[in-house]
Amino acid sequence: MGLFNNTIKSKGSLFARNGLIITALLLFAAATIFPIYFMIISSFGDPVEAGAMSYSLIPAKISFESYKFFFNFSAHSWDWLKNSFIVAACITVSNVFFATLAGYAFAKMKFRGKGILFAILLGSMMIPTQVTQVPLYILIVNIFELQNTYTALIMPSIVTVYNIFLVKQFMSSIPVEIIEAAKIEGCSQPKIFWYIIMPLSKTVMAVLAILTFMAAWNDFFWPFLVTNTMDMQTIQVGLKNFRFANTTYFAPMMAGATISAVPMFILFFSLQKYFLEGVAVGAVKG
Amino acid sequence: MNQLLTKRKKLKLESDSGWGYAFIAVALIAFSLFTAYPVINAFIISLQKYRPLGSTYVGLENFVNSFSDELFWKALKNTLVYTLLTVPFNILLSFLVAILIMPFKKKTQTIFKAVYYLPAVASGVSLAVVWLWIFDPLKSGIANQAVGLFGISNQNWLGSSATAMFSLVLMSWLSSHGTAIIIYLAALLSIDNSYYEAADIDGATFLQKLRYIVIPFLKPTTLFLLITGVIGSFQVFQNAYLMTGGGPDHATTMVGLLIFNNAFTYFEFGEAAAQSLLLAAVIALISFFQFKILGKDIEY
Repeated sequence: MGLFNNTIKSKGSLFARNGLIITALLLFAAATIFPIYFMIISSFGDPVEAGAMSYSLIPAKISFESYKFFFNFSAHSWDWLKNSFIVAACITVSNVFFATLAGYAFAKMKFRGKGILFAILLGSMMIPTQVTQVPLYILIVNIFELQNTYTALIMPSIVTVYNIFLVKQFMSSIPVEIIEAAKIEGCSQPKIFWYIIMPLSKTVMAVLAILTFMAAWNDFFWPFLVTNTMDMQTIQVGLKNFRFANTTYFAPMMAGATISAVPMFILFFSLQKYFLEGVAVGAVKG
Repeated sequence: MNQLLTKRKKLKLESDSGWGYAFIAVALIAFSLFTAYPVINAFIISLQKYRPLGSTYVGLENFVNSFSDELFWKALKNTLVYTLLTVPFNILLSFLVAILIMPFKKKTQTIFKAVYYLPAVASGVSLAVVWLWIFDPLKSGIANQAVGLFGISNQNWLGSSATAMFSLVLMSWLSSHGTAIIIYLAALLSIDNSYYEAADIDGATFLQKLRYIVIPFLKPTTLFLLITGVIGSFQVFQNAYLMTGGGPDHATTMVGLLIFNNAFTYFEFGEAAAQSLLLAAVIALISFFQFKILGKDIEY
C-alpha cells in the first residue's frame, strides 16, 4: 500500500527502516522547537543582567521573577495585552461575518460583474504590501487623522481578500441543488445564508476565525506604525519597546516573548485540527 | 415534474443581483478604500515630492534616483541572495520531511505536523527576540557554544558583515517550513493509491515511484510554494528590521526594509512609493517567468 515499500519481508528490517526515519524526524523536530523551548525555559531565570546570566539548557530552578519584572517594567504591560485582544477579536468577528457573506456571494450567487470583480480581488493578492503601505499610512494618519485609535488598528483589516478567497474555495463544494430547493420554497437570500449556508460552513468559519485571530495577534508592522503612545500599543509592539529599553535584561525579555506567544499556543493546542486544516485549504484543491 | 423543470430553469436565469451586491458591499468598500485607492495613490505619490500640505510634481525623478542609488541595488542583491538561499532549501526540506512522515499512522503524522508548525504560531517578534539571544556575540551565546564544539572561534553573528546574512538565513531554515510541510502532506495524501498499486505490480522501486508518480503529482504544489515563497521572501522586512536593522554596513538591508526606512525614517514618501512599485514589477516579472518555465505542463 502506498508510496513506501511493503515488500520488506522481515519485521526486523521494517523496524530498522522506521526507526531510522523516526530518528531523523525527531532530530529535525528538536531543531525546530528548540528556540521555543529555549524561550520558555530562559523566561524562568532571574532577571539579572546579561553578563551574569547563565545560558543553561535545563533550568536549575524555576522563578517567576522575570515575569514580575515584565509586568512592573511599564505601567502599560497589561494594556498591551488588552489592546491586542480587543483588536484581534474585532478583526476576527468582522472577517468571519463579512468574508463568509462575500465568499458565499462569489461562490453561489449570480450577479452582473461577479467574474471581473472576483478576478480583480484575486489579482490584488499579488500586490506586495510595500505598495499599499505608504498610501495607506497617509490615508489613515494624515487624511482620516486616526493615529493612535482602535479604529486605525482595526479598519484596514476589517475583511481581507485572502479570507474571501478561502470561503469561496470551500463553498464551491456545497451543492447548488440545496440553494435552488430553498429558493423554490420561497426562501430569500439572507434566510438561505443564515439557515442553510452558515450551518454548513461552520468548519471554514472556524478555520477563518483562527487564522485571522492569529494573524491579527501576531501583527507587528501596522500597530507599530499607527500607535505612538505606550497605552495604545499591542503586545507585539510593546515587546519591541522593551527590548530597546532593556537590551541587557534577557530573562524578562524572554518572559515577554513567552507572554505574547502563550495565548496562541493555548489556542493552537486546543484547536489544532482547524489550524492544520486551514493551512492547506487555499493551497490544495480537492 | 415538467412544471418543476420550467420553474427551475426560470430560477436559474433569474439573477440574485440585489442581494449579491449587498452581500459583497462591505468587502468591496473595504477593498476600494484600503487596497485599490492606496495602489492608485502609490502611482501618484511616486511622481511627487510628497509633503503633507501640497506636494510637488517631480515626474520620474524618484525612479531615476532609485536607479542611480547604490543602496537600492545592494538591497535588491541582498534580497535576491536571501531568496535563493532560503526558498529552494525550505521547499526541498519540506518535501523530504513530508515524504518521511508518510509511512506512519495518522496520529503520528499529526503530532509531527503540529511540532513543525509550532514556530509559525509564535509571533515574529518573540521569535526574533529568542534568536537575538541565540546569536548573542558573547562566548556564552548558544550559537557560539555550538560552533565552539567544532573548534571554531567566537563569532559576532549579527554584528559582522561576514555572518549577518547567514544568520538570518539559518533562522529561516529552522523556522519557516511548517506551512510547506502541511501543504505537501495534504497533496501527498490526495494521490490515489491505485497509482502505487499499478507501480507495485510493475515492480517499481521506491525511488521510481518517487520519480514517476510523486514528483509529477506534486508539481503544481511545488510551483505554488515556489511562487508564494519568492513573493514572500522579496517582501521580507520584519526579521531584518528587528534583528540587524539592515546592518552591518547594509549587509542585510533588504528592499522591504529600505522602502520602510525611506518612508518612515526619512519621510521620503515619494521615493518609497517609487521603490515599492519597482519591487512590485520585479516580483511580477519573476513570478511570470516561474510560471512560463515551470508551469508548462501543469493542468489546472
